[in-house]
Amino acid sequence: MMVPITIEDRSGQRQLIEVPDDMSLSLMEALKAYEYNILATCGGMALCATCHVQVLEGMEKLPPLNDVELDMLDTLPDVTANSRLACQLRIDKDLENAVFRICGQEI
Amino acid sequence: MHTTDICVIGAGPVGLFSVFEAGLLKMRCHLMDALPQVGGQLSEIYPQKPIYDIPGYPEVKAQQLVDNLMQQIAPFQPSFTLGERVAQIQGNAADGFTVTTGDGTAVSCKVIVIAGGLGCFEPRKPVIERLEDFEGKGVSYIVKDPELFRDKEIILAGGGDSALDWTILLSGIAAKVTLVHRGDTFRGAPDSAEKVFRLAKDGKIGLVLKSNISRIEGNGHLKNVHITDDKNGVSILNADHLIPLFGLSPKLGPIADWGLQIEKSAIAVQTTDYATNIPGIYAIGDINTYPGKLKLILCGFHEAAMMAQSAFRYVYPDQRLSFKYTTVNGIHSF
Repeated sequence: MMVPITIEDRSGQRQLIEVPDDMSLSLMEALKAYEYNILATCGGMALCATCHVQVLEGMEKLPPLNDVELDMLDTLPDVTANSRLACQLRIDKDLENAVFRICGQEI
Repeated sequence: MHTTDICVIGAGPVGLFSVFEAGLLKMRCHLMDALPQVGGQLSEIYPQKPIYDIPGYPEVKAQQLVDNLMQQIAPFQPSFTLGERVAQIQGNAADGFTVTTGDGTAVSCKVIVIAGGLGCFEPRKPVIERLEDFEGKGVSYIVKDPELFRDKEIILAGGGDSALDWTILLSGIAAKVTLVHRGDTFRGAPDSAEKVFRLAKDGKIGLVLKSNISRIEGNGHLKNVHITDDKNGVSILNADHLIPLFGLSPKLGPIADWGLQIEKSAIAVQTTDYATNIPGIYAIGDINTYPGKLKLILCGFHEAAMMAQSAFRYVYPDQRLSFKYTTVNGIHSF
Protein backbone atom coordinates (compact mmCIF):
# COMPACT_ATOMS: atom_id res chain seq x y z
CA MET A 1 0.00 0.00 0.00
CA MET A 2 1.00 3.64 -0.30
CA VAL A 3 1.55 5.38 3.04
CA PRO A 4 0.54 9.07 3.06
CA ILE A 5 3.00 11.22 5.04
CA THR A 6 3.19 15.00 5.33
CA ILE A 7 6.62 16.64 5.24
CA GLU A 8 7.27 20.19 6.36
CA ASP A 9 10.45 21.54 4.78
CA ARG A 10 12.81 24.13 6.20
CA SER A 11 10.75 27.02 4.86
CA GLY A 12 7.61 25.74 6.59
CA GLN A 13 6.04 24.49 3.33
CA ARG A 14 4.06 21.28 3.75
CA GLN A 15 3.77 18.57 1.11
CA LEU A 16 1.88 15.29 1.20
CA ILE A 17 4.01 12.43 -0.11
CA GLU A 18 2.91 8.86 -0.70
CA VAL A 19 5.52 6.20 -0.04
CA PRO A 20 5.20 2.46 -0.77
CA ASP A 21 5.49 0.24 2.31
CA ASP A 22 6.69 -2.83 0.41
CA MET A 23 10.18 -1.61 -0.50
CA SER A 24 11.54 -1.69 3.07
CA LEU A 25 12.38 2.00 2.83
CA SER A 26 13.25 4.15 5.80
CA LEU A 27 11.78 7.63 6.10
CA MET A 28 15.29 8.99 5.44
CA GLU A 29 15.49 7.10 2.13
CA ALA A 30 12.05 8.37 1.16
CA LEU A 31 13.06 11.97 1.94
CA LYS A 32 16.19 11.56 -0.18
CA ALA A 33 14.15 10.09 -3.04
CA TYR A 34 11.88 13.14 -2.89
CA GLU A 35 15.03 15.30 -2.99
CA TYR A 36 14.50 16.96 0.36
CA ASN A 37 17.49 18.88 1.66
CA ILE A 38 18.93 16.38 4.15
CA LEU A 39 22.54 15.25 4.40
CA ALA A 40 22.05 11.71 5.77
CA THR A 41 25.83 11.36 5.80
CA CYS A 42 26.12 7.86 7.21
CA GLY A 43 23.50 6.22 5.02
CA GLY A 44 21.23 4.97 7.76
CA MET A 45 23.49 3.55 10.44
CA ALA A 46 22.34 5.99 13.16
CA LEU A 47 25.83 7.44 13.22
CA CYS A 48 25.50 11.05 12.26
CA ALA A 49 22.07 12.45 13.19
CA THR A 50 21.95 14.50 9.99
CA CYS A 51 18.49 13.06 9.22
CA HIS A 52 16.99 14.49 12.42
CA VAL A 53 13.23 15.16 12.08
CA GLN A 54 10.60 16.44 14.47
CA VAL A 55 7.30 14.60 14.65
CA LEU A 56 4.60 17.28 14.55
CA GLU A 57 1.71 14.79 14.40
CA GLY A 58 1.45 11.05 14.91
CA MET A 59 4.22 10.52 17.50
CA GLU A 60 1.99 8.18 19.55
CA LYS A 61 1.73 5.68 16.67
CA LEU A 62 5.47 5.43 16.00
CA PRO A 63 7.55 2.52 17.31
CA PRO A 64 9.59 3.43 20.41
CA LEU A 65 13.11 4.81 20.06
CA ASN A 66 15.93 2.32 20.28
CA ASP A 67 19.04 2.93 22.40
CA VAL A 68 21.27 3.79 19.45
CA GLU A 69 18.79 6.42 18.28
CA LEU A 70 18.41 7.85 21.78
CA ASP A 71 22.17 8.08 22.24
CA MET A 72 22.54 9.86 18.94
CA LEU A 73 19.72 12.32 19.68
CA ASP A 74 21.35 13.02 23.05
CA THR A 75 24.23 14.65 21.24
CA LEU A 76 22.09 17.11 19.26
CA PRO A 77 21.85 20.72 20.39
CA ASP A 78 18.33 21.11 18.97
CA VAL A 79 16.79 17.86 20.22
CA THR A 80 13.15 18.01 21.35
CA ALA A 81 10.77 15.52 22.96
CA ASN A 82 9.42 14.81 19.46
CA SER A 83 12.78 14.26 17.77
CA ARG A 84 13.49 11.11 15.75
CA LEU A 85 16.12 9.98 13.28
CA ALA A 86 14.42 9.48 9.91
CA CYS A 87 16.79 6.61 9.09
CA GLN A 88 15.46 4.59 12.03
CA LEU A 89 11.80 4.85 10.98
CA ARG A 90 10.57 2.16 8.58
CA ILE A 91 7.85 3.19 6.16
CA ASP A 92 4.76 1.27 7.25
CA LYS A 93 1.24 1.78 8.55
CA ASP A 94 2.57 3.37 11.77
CA LEU A 95 3.61 6.43 9.79
CA GLU A 96 0.25 6.90 8.08
CA ASN A 97 -0.85 10.57 8.18
CA ALA A 98 2.11 11.54 10.38
CA VAL A 99 3.61 15.00 9.95
CA PHE A 100 7.41 15.41 10.04
CA ARG A 101 9.48 18.59 10.09
CA ILE A 102 12.98 18.37 8.59
CA CYS A 103 15.65 19.59 11.04
CA GLY A 104 19.08 18.03 10.48
CA GLN A 105 22.05 19.76 8.90
CA GLU A 106 21.42 21.22 5.44
CA ILE A 107 23.36 19.96 2.43
CA MET B 1 60.24 11.97 7.98
CA HIS B 2 58.84 8.88 6.30
CA THR B 3 59.20 8.80 2.49
CA THR B 4 56.92 6.91 0.12
CA ASP B 5 55.43 7.08 -3.37
CA ILE B 6 51.77 7.41 -2.43
CA CYS B 7 50.36 8.60 0.86
CA VAL B 8 46.86 7.18 1.33
CA ILE B 9 44.73 9.12 3.82
CA GLY B 10 42.19 6.70 5.22
CA ALA B 11 42.75 2.98 5.82
CA GLY B 12 39.25 1.71 5.12
CA PRO B 13 38.60 -0.98 2.49
CA VAL B 14 39.14 1.36 -0.45
CA GLY B 15 42.33 2.86 0.99
CA LEU B 16 43.63 -0.65 1.65
CA PHE B 17 42.83 -1.90 -1.85
CA SER B 18 44.56 1.09 -3.43
CA VAL B 19 47.82 -0.38 -2.00
CA PHE B 20 47.24 -3.46 -4.17
CA GLU B 21 46.51 -1.49 -7.34
CA ALA B 22 49.48 0.81 -6.71
CA GLY B 23 51.70 -2.16 -5.87
CA LEU B 24 51.00 -3.84 -9.22
CA LEU B 25 52.56 -0.74 -10.78
CA LYS B 26 55.55 -0.79 -8.39
CA MET B 27 54.35 2.17 -6.34
CA ARG B 28 54.78 2.00 -2.56
CA CYS B 29 52.09 3.24 -0.18
CA HIS B 30 51.92 4.63 3.33
CA LEU B 31 48.46 4.71 4.92
CA MET B 32 47.28 7.09 7.62
CA ASP B 33 44.11 6.89 9.66
CA ALA B 34 42.69 8.73 12.65
CA LEU B 35 41.35 5.44 13.99
CA PRO B 36 43.74 3.20 15.92
CA GLN B 37 43.06 0.22 13.64
CA VAL B 38 42.69 -0.38 9.90
CA GLY B 39 39.32 -1.03 8.25
CA GLY B 40 37.55 2.31 8.64
CA GLN B 41 33.79 2.04 9.11
CA LEU B 42 33.93 -1.72 8.62
CA SER B 43 36.05 -2.36 11.70
CA GLU B 44 34.80 0.58 13.76
CA ILE B 45 31.07 0.48 13.14
CA TYR B 46 29.91 -2.88 11.84
CA PRO B 47 32.68 -5.51 12.05
CA GLN B 48 30.24 -8.41 12.41
CA LYS B 49 27.70 -7.29 9.81
CA PRO B 50 27.54 -9.24 6.56
CA ILE B 51 28.18 -7.54 3.21
CA TYR B 52 26.50 -9.12 0.19
CA ASP B 53 27.70 -7.09 -2.80
CA ILE B 54 31.42 -7.82 -2.91
CA PRO B 55 32.03 -9.70 -6.19
CA GLY B 56 33.01 -13.30 -5.58
CA TYR B 57 31.70 -13.32 -2.01
CA PRO B 58 28.03 -14.28 -1.68
CA GLU B 59 28.42 -13.04 1.91
CA VAL B 60 31.39 -11.71 3.85
CA LYS B 61 31.52 -10.16 7.32
CA ALA B 62 32.94 -6.64 7.33
CA GLN B 63 35.93 -7.50 9.53
CA GLN B 64 36.66 -10.61 7.44
CA LEU B 65 36.79 -8.45 4.31
CA VAL B 66 39.27 -6.11 6.03
CA ASP B 67 41.41 -9.08 7.15
CA ASN B 68 41.36 -10.47 3.60
CA LEU B 69 42.36 -7.10 2.15
CA MET B 70 45.28 -6.90 4.60
CA GLN B 71 46.39 -10.34 3.42
CA GLN B 72 45.97 -9.32 -0.24
CA ILE B 73 48.12 -6.19 0.12
CA ALA B 74 50.79 -7.76 2.37
CA PRO B 75 53.17 -8.51 -0.58
CA PHE B 76 53.37 -4.78 -1.24
CA GLN B 77 54.56 -4.01 2.30
CA PRO B 78 52.44 -0.97 3.10
CA SER B 79 53.46 1.09 6.13
CA PHE B 80 50.96 2.70 8.51
CA THR B 81 50.44 5.65 10.80
CA LEU B 82 47.34 4.83 12.86
CA GLY B 83 45.53 6.75 15.59
CA GLU B 84 46.65 10.10 14.20
CA ARG B 85 44.54 12.52 12.21
CA VAL B 86 46.07 14.18 9.16
CA ALA B 87 45.94 17.92 9.76
CA GLN B 88 47.86 19.45 6.88
CA ILE B 89 49.08 18.81 3.37
CA GLN B 90 51.78 20.96 1.79
CA GLY B 91 53.66 21.03 -1.50
CA ASN B 92 52.69 20.18 -5.06
CA ALA B 93 53.01 17.49 -7.71
CA ALA B 94 56.23 18.94 -9.16
CA ASP B 95 58.19 19.16 -5.88
CA GLY B 96 56.37 16.46 -3.91
CA PHE B 97 53.95 16.67 -1.01
CA THR B 98 54.31 16.55 2.76
CA VAL B 99 51.43 15.16 4.78
CA THR B 100 51.47 16.03 8.50
CA THR B 101 49.32 14.74 11.36
CA GLY B 102 48.17 16.66 14.40
CA ASP B 103 50.76 14.70 16.41
CA GLY B 104 53.55 15.93 14.17
CA THR B 105 54.18 12.77 12.13
CA ALA B 106 55.22 13.79 8.61
CA VAL B 107 55.20 11.76 5.40
CA SER B 108 56.87 12.85 2.19
CA CYS B 109 55.25 11.56 -1.02
CA LYS B 110 54.75 12.13 -4.73
CA VAL B 111 51.00 11.49 -4.78
CA ILE B 112 48.23 11.86 -2.20
CA VAL B 113 45.18 9.62 -2.30
CA ILE B 114 42.32 10.65 -0.07
CA ALA B 115 40.24 7.61 0.80
CA GLY B 116 38.61 9.25 3.77
CA GLY B 117 35.17 7.62 3.64
CA LEU B 118 32.72 9.67 5.68
CA GLY B 119 35.58 11.79 7.01
CA CYS B 120 37.30 11.51 10.38
CA PHE B 121 35.54 9.77 13.19
CA GLU B 122 35.34 12.23 16.04
CA PRO B 123 33.90 11.69 19.50
CA ARG B 124 30.24 12.61 19.80
CA LYS B 125 29.83 15.35 22.34
CA PRO B 126 26.78 15.60 24.57
CA VAL B 127 25.06 18.97 24.67
CA ILE B 128 26.41 20.54 27.86
CA GLU B 129 27.06 24.24 28.18
CA ARG B 130 30.79 25.17 28.26
CA LEU B 131 31.78 21.53 27.69
CA GLU B 132 34.47 22.57 25.23
CA ASP B 133 35.96 25.09 27.67
CA PHE B 134 36.93 22.17 29.88
CA GLU B 135 38.40 19.95 27.17
CA GLY B 136 41.88 19.00 28.33
CA LYS B 137 41.01 20.55 31.71
CA GLY B 138 39.08 17.62 33.11
CA VAL B 139 36.92 16.69 30.12
CA SER B 140 38.15 14.01 27.73
CA TYR B 141 36.34 11.80 25.23
CA ILE B 142 38.83 8.98 25.00
CA VAL B 143 40.99 7.25 27.58
CA LYS B 144 44.52 7.24 26.21
CA ASP B 145 46.34 6.54 29.45
CA PRO B 146 44.32 5.11 32.35
CA GLU B 147 47.16 6.03 34.74
CA LEU B 148 46.17 9.70 34.40
CA PHE B 149 43.11 8.86 36.45
CA ARG B 150 44.87 7.12 39.33
CA ASP B 151 43.39 8.21 42.70
CA LYS B 152 41.15 10.78 41.00
CA GLU B 153 37.37 11.21 41.12
CA ILE B 154 35.96 10.27 37.73
CA ILE B 155 32.52 10.53 36.16
CA LEU B 156 31.78 8.59 32.98
CA ALA B 157 28.66 9.09 30.87
CA GLY B 158 27.15 6.74 28.30
CA GLY B 159 25.48 3.37 27.93
CA GLY B 160 27.49 1.51 25.31
CA ASP B 161 30.32 -0.98 25.48
CA SER B 162 33.08 1.56 25.93
CA ALA B 163 31.30 3.26 28.86
CA LEU B 164 30.90 -0.13 30.57
CA ASP B 165 34.44 -1.32 29.81
CA TRP B 166 36.11 1.87 31.03
CA THR B 167 33.94 1.97 34.14
CA ILE B 168 35.11 -1.55 35.01
CA LEU B 169 38.75 -0.84 34.24
CA LEU B 170 38.94 2.55 35.95
CA SER B 171 37.14 1.26 39.06
CA GLY B 172 40.43 -0.43 39.95
CA ILE B 173 42.52 2.69 39.33
CA ALA B 174 40.58 5.83 40.25
CA ALA B 175 39.68 6.88 43.78
CA LYS B 176 36.01 7.09 42.84
CA VAL B 177 34.15 6.16 39.65
CA THR B 178 30.56 7.16 38.87
CA LEU B 179 28.75 6.06 35.71
CA VAL B 180 25.85 8.22 34.55
CA HIS B 181 23.45 6.72 32.01
CA ARG B 182 20.28 8.05 30.44
CA GLY B 183 18.50 4.68 30.52
CA ASP B 184 18.24 1.99 33.15
CA THR B 185 19.44 -0.81 30.90
CA PHE B 186 22.68 -1.06 28.96
CA ARG B 187 23.00 -1.97 25.30
CA GLY B 188 26.61 -3.07 25.76
CA ALA B 189 27.76 -6.64 26.29
CA PRO B 190 25.54 -8.35 28.90
CA ASP B 191 28.45 -9.63 30.98
CA SER B 192 30.00 -6.16 31.14
CA ALA B 193 26.63 -4.75 32.24
CA GLU B 194 26.33 -7.44 34.88
CA LYS B 195 29.82 -6.61 36.16
CA VAL B 196 28.94 -2.92 36.40
CA PHE B 197 25.73 -3.64 38.33
CA ARG B 198 27.72 -5.91 40.69
CA LEU B 199 30.40 -3.24 41.26
CA ALA B 200 27.63 -0.77 42.08
CA LYS B 201 25.94 -3.22 44.45
CA ASP B 202 29.25 -3.79 46.26
CA GLY B 203 29.69 -0.02 46.62
CA LYS B 204 32.82 -0.01 44.42
CA ILE B 205 31.35 2.45 41.90
CA GLY B 206 28.49 4.93 41.79
CA LEU B 207 25.80 4.13 39.22
CA VAL B 208 23.35 6.91 38.38
CA LEU B 209 20.63 5.72 35.99
CA LYS B 210 17.83 7.53 34.15
CA SER B 211 19.92 10.66 34.42
CA ASN B 212 21.87 13.08 32.29
CA ILE B 213 24.75 15.44 32.91
CA SER B 214 23.19 18.89 32.78
CA ARG B 215 25.93 21.25 33.82
CA ILE B 216 29.65 21.35 34.58
CA GLU B 217 31.57 23.84 36.69
CA GLY B 218 35.12 24.59 37.58
CA ASN B 219 37.71 27.30 37.81
CA GLY B 220 40.30 26.61 35.12
CA HIS B 221 39.77 22.88 35.76
CA LEU B 222 36.67 20.77 36.15
CA LYS B 223 35.39 20.68 39.72
CA ASN B 224 31.66 19.84 39.84
CA VAL B 225 29.21 17.98 37.65
CA HIS B 226 25.45 18.49 37.89
CA ILE B 227 23.34 15.41 37.20
CA THR B 228 19.63 15.73 36.46
CA ASP B 229 17.37 12.70 36.81
CA ASP B 230 14.19 11.94 34.87
CA LYS B 231 12.10 13.67 37.56
CA ASN B 232 14.21 16.83 37.28
CA GLY B 233 15.98 16.24 40.57
CA VAL B 234 19.53 17.60 40.50
CA SER B 235 22.52 16.22 42.35
CA ILE B 236 25.98 17.77 42.31
CA LEU B 237 29.08 15.57 42.40
CA ASN B 238 32.72 16.54 42.75
CA ALA B 239 34.78 15.38 39.81
CA ASP B 240 38.38 15.74 38.68
CA HIS B 241 37.50 14.22 35.31
CA LEU B 242 34.43 13.77 33.15
CA ILE B 243 34.57 11.25 30.32
CA PRO B 244 31.53 11.34 28.00
CA LEU B 245 31.53 8.14 25.92
CA PHE B 246 28.87 8.47 23.22
CA GLY B 247 30.72 6.81 20.39
CA LEU B 248 32.10 8.39 17.26
CA SER B 249 30.53 10.37 14.50
CA PRO B 250 31.99 11.10 11.06
CA LYS B 251 33.03 14.65 10.17
CA LEU B 252 34.82 15.96 7.10
CA GLY B 253 37.33 17.65 9.42
CA PRO B 254 40.55 19.29 8.16
CA ILE B 255 40.04 17.89 4.62
CA ALA B 256 37.70 20.82 4.04
CA ASP B 257 40.61 23.28 4.38
CA TRP B 258 43.05 21.86 1.83
CA GLY B 259 41.89 23.83 -1.18
CA LEU B 260 40.02 20.91 -2.71
CA GLN B 261 36.75 21.45 -4.49
CA ILE B 262 34.10 20.36 -1.99
CA GLU B 263 30.49 19.68 -2.97
CA LYS B 264 27.94 18.61 -0.38
CA SER B 265 30.65 17.49 2.09
CA ALA B 266 32.39 15.39 -0.59
CA ILE B 267 35.41 16.00 -2.83
CA ALA B 268 34.60 16.64 -6.49
CA VAL B 269 36.66 14.46 -8.89
CA GLN B 270 37.10 13.68 -12.58
CA THR B 271 35.61 10.33 -13.52
CA THR B 272 38.50 9.43 -15.84
CA ASP B 273 40.94 8.89 -12.98
CA TYR B 274 39.32 10.29 -9.80
CA ALA B 275 41.74 13.23 -9.77
CA THR B 276 40.77 16.24 -7.66
CA ASN B 277 41.22 19.86 -8.72
CA ILE B 278 44.81 19.74 -7.36
CA PRO B 279 47.29 17.83 -9.60
CA GLY B 280 48.75 14.83 -7.80
CA ILE B 281 45.88 14.54 -5.33
CA TYR B 282 43.18 11.91 -5.90
CA ALA B 283 40.02 11.12 -3.96
CA ILE B 284 38.45 7.65 -4.02
CA GLY B 285 35.63 5.86 -2.22
CA ASP B 286 32.81 7.42 -0.20
CA ILE B 287 34.61 10.76 0.18
CA ASN B 288 34.40 11.69 -3.50
CA THR B 289 31.49 12.85 -5.62
CA TYR B 290 30.75 12.91 -9.35
CA PRO B 291 27.64 12.56 -11.49
CA GLY B 292 26.18 9.11 -10.83
CA LYS B 293 28.35 8.43 -7.77
CA LEU B 294 27.35 5.35 -5.79
CA LYS B 295 28.71 4.99 -2.27
CA LEU B 296 29.61 1.32 -2.59
CA ILE B 297 32.81 -0.47 -1.58
CA LEU B 298 32.94 -2.14 -4.99
CA CYS B 299 32.83 1.24 -6.74
CA GLY B 300 35.67 2.40 -4.50
CA PHE B 301 37.73 -0.61 -5.60
CA HIS B 302 37.18 0.36 -9.24
CA GLU B 303 38.16 3.94 -8.48
CA ALA B 304 41.37 2.70 -6.81
CA ALA B 305 42.36 0.82 -10.00
CA MET B 306 41.74 3.83 -12.25
CA MET B 307 43.54 6.16 -9.83
CA ALA B 308 46.67 4.00 -9.75
CA GLN B 309 47.04 4.04 -13.55
CA SER B 310 46.86 7.83 -13.49
CA ALA B 311 49.10 8.31 -10.43
CA PHE B 312 51.88 6.36 -12.16
CA ARG B 313 52.91 9.39 -14.24
CA TYR B 314 53.66 11.39 -11.06
CA VAL B 315 55.65 8.58 -9.45
CA TYR B 316 57.52 7.50 -12.61
CA PRO B 317 57.40 10.53 -14.94
CA ASP B 318 60.06 9.05 -17.27
CA GLN B 319 58.47 5.63 -17.69
CA ARG B 320 55.72 4.39 -19.95
CA LEU B 321 52.99 2.36 -18.38
CA SER B 322 52.18 -1.02 -19.87
CA PHE B 323 48.98 -2.59 -18.65
CA LYS B 324 49.37 -6.16 -17.35
CA TYR B 325 46.99 -8.80 -16.04
CA THR B 326 47.77 -10.49 -12.73
CA THR B 327 46.69 -13.79 -14.30
CA VAL B 328 49.46 -13.52 -16.87
CA ASN B 329 52.06 -11.79 -14.75
CA GLY B 330 51.40 -12.86 -11.19
CA ILE B 331 52.19 -10.51 -8.32
CA HIS B 332 55.71 -9.27 -7.82
CA SER B 333 56.12 -8.11 -4.26
CA PHE B 334 58.66 -5.49 -3.28
